[in-house]
Amino acid sequence: MKRATAIRLALIAAIVLALELLTRTGVIARFVAPPPSEMVAGLWRLLLSGRVQPAIAQTLGKIAIACASAIVVGSAVGVAVQRSRAVADAMAPFFTAYYAVPVYAFYPLMIAIFGVGEAPQVVIGFMLAVVAVVVNTINALDRIPRVLHKTAAVYGMSPLEAARRIYLPHAGPYLATGVKLAVSYSFIGVIGAEFIMSRVGIGHEIVFAYNNFENEIMYPLILFVLLVAGTVNGLFYAWEKRLLSRRSRS
Amino acid sequence: MTSARNNLLVILALIALWQLAYWAIGDLALRPPLDTLCKAAALIASEGFTAHLAETMRAFALALGIAVVVGVGLGFCLGMSRLAGEVGEPLLVSFYSLPKITLYPIVLLIFGIGMPSKIAFGAIHGIMPIAIFTLGALRNLPPVLGRTSRALRLNRWQSAWTVLLPAARPEIFTGLRLGFSLTLIGTLLGEMFASQRGIGFLLMQAIGLHDTDVIMALTLLIVAFAITASMALLAVDKRLRHGAA
Repeated sequence: MKRATAIRLALIAAIVLALELLTRTGVIARFVAPPPSEMVAGLWRLLLSGRVQPAIAQTLGKIAIACASAIVVGSAVGVAVQRSRAVADAMAPFFTAYYAVPVYAFYPLMIAIFGVGEAPQVVIGFMLAVVAVVVNTINALDRIPRVLHKTAAVYGMSPLEAARRIYLPHAGPYLATGVKLAVSYSFIGVIGAEFIMSRVGIGHEIVFAYNNFENEIMYPLILFVLLVAGTVNGLFYAWEKRLLSRRSRS
Repeated sequence: MTSARNNLLVILALIALWQLAYWAIGDLALRPPLDTLCKAAALIASEGFTAHLAETMRAFALALGIAVVVGVGLGFCLGMSRLAGEVGEPLLVSFYSLPKITLYPIVLLIFGIGMPSKIAFGAIHGIMPIAIFTLGALRNLPPVLGRTSRALRLNRWQSAWTVLLPAARPEIFTGLRLGFSLTLIGTLLGEMFASQRGIGFLLMQAIGLHDTDVIMALTLLIVAFAITASMALLAVDKRLRHGAA
């Protein structure tokens, strides 16, 4: 495992280095991509100037709200749907088709319902994230062996107590998958919505820079989004892995 | 048969929900189901729609083709060696979960506005899930298969083609199902953002004009296509799994 990590880091370093060389020597034209070192320097300058902080705070706030509400609502819906096998089975094809639906098409509708503020972008993030939580909640509950239900019955546990002491610890890793997906989908939803039609947020700043041919602003911002999303997703990925490996050991 | 009936019930429930939402929200941003259906039919019959549809379908088909070939190929490259898999999987997963729309300006700078950008953007969305599922499928194969191909002295290509691929097919197909949906949305997003033709362009134009009739009709068509294709693929998926078991 240690060796794989080392190779992975070396691989990433090699790619960045190759990009740096290709852009410095002009094989990749400067208007297509600046060298990575300049992107990092540009990002540093941009953050120091304090110009983009409001947009960053706004975007991250929206993502947090979208993600948290998706987890709460998604778990509740998942638990409710999973109670009936027939309903869960009938919904399955719709859950997989759901991600082919361009949720952004509903943006005008969202504006009509929630107004022109930031709420529509949060709702789009929520809509993308919630189905992943529902699907994974159903999956997690499906995996609880019948013997555990019987155990709960034998001990005369109330449903709440059984959920806390038996079901949650057992289903934890699978629920973590849903949480992880909710995080990445709310990133995708909120930033995508900002990208397409919004006057605020990091997504809008990137489009604005693109439309004005301001590569020295656009690339650092893209780098920033990728770094933040990558780090957050990576943390949740590691967390899920840890829960899963604990499961396989016990 | 019961599953077909259940699916029908879900569709009816969705339509009922839609009608209720229309009554609750009103004419401002929604149209009732029946009107939307009529509008969709009129839209399909309208002049020039076929050209837009053909454009989108061509981009989608090419993107899906690229996504399948590259995704399965990548999955096999990483899945046939344990070390390569360990090195590559976290990279694949983290790329999969990034908001890829932020990369769209870069895709545009590289490929220019038009068909190649759309195809590239659709394929970017589809490759990762297919590769991840292929990798997972190969890793979960029973080790006896590897020993069999060694005992038969198959080379890498032969063992990939005759042993591993058939054994991993059901799992890979699940990845293709997901890749199908994501490639579709990737292609449409590409069209929405910078394009002069295609369904996504029509949608974006309608959004710009606040033409609720057209927005609803196009969304209905896309959703109907996505759900139909998803159900068909799910049916094939189930058959593959039962055939394998």
